[in-house]
Amino acid sequence: MAREDESCEEEKCLCASGELLFLTCSGGSNVGQISNKAAVELAKEGRGRLFCLAGIGAHLDTMILAAKERKLVAIDGCPIQCATKILDHAGLESALSVVVTDLGIEKSPRLEVEAADCEKVVEKIKERLRV
Amino acid sequence: MVKIEVLGTGCSKCKSLAKNVEKAVAELGIEAEVVKVESLQEIMNRGVMMTPALFIDGEAVAVGRAPSVAEIKGMLNR
Repeated sequence: MAREDESCEEEKCLCASGELLFLTCSGGSNVGQISNKAAVELAKEGRGRLFCLAGIGAHLDTMILAAKERKLVAIDGCPIQCATKILDHAGLESALSVVVTDLGIEKSPRLEVEAADCEKVVEKIKERLRV
Repeated sequence: MVKIEVLGTGCSKCKSLAKNVEKAVAELGIEAEVVKVESLQEIMNRGVMMTPALFIDGEAVAVGRAPSVAEIKGMLNR
């Protein structure tokens, strides 16, 4: 996804580009960490922007106003779906919701992210976004 | 006097918002202090992760988009 304003320099500008925001639970488990890592990879590929779920959870006006204008992708590690619930509490709805454990990745307290697991989540989200 | 802040590092969307603000203020004929905040650090410290952003009297009213002149006039009339 190209930036809308080509004069913007990625590192020096926060110019709103694209419509997609990734919000991850980033929880204290392997699947929570996978949710974050997958979103980082998607953002690096230019598929959208990683956004601050903590800011939404804190009900910061600046975060909620920005999120209201865009399509949101909630990436949760497990079926508890904290990211999706935080969006609900803030009156926001995700256009796409993905749960890492639904992809056959078992939740564990280990925090290591296996590259293959991350790749699986990235590919699933890309596939769902194409539909 | 109302204080209007336009937050953005100076790309075309930010400039467009600043122009719309100036036009809205002129059309309403109100007294306003219009401040452009261009420091990336200051913008992020204000909790803005997407620009442009518009603050009126310290309150965020638009983030990540440039409202039209008519919309800004509505915000100023609230």
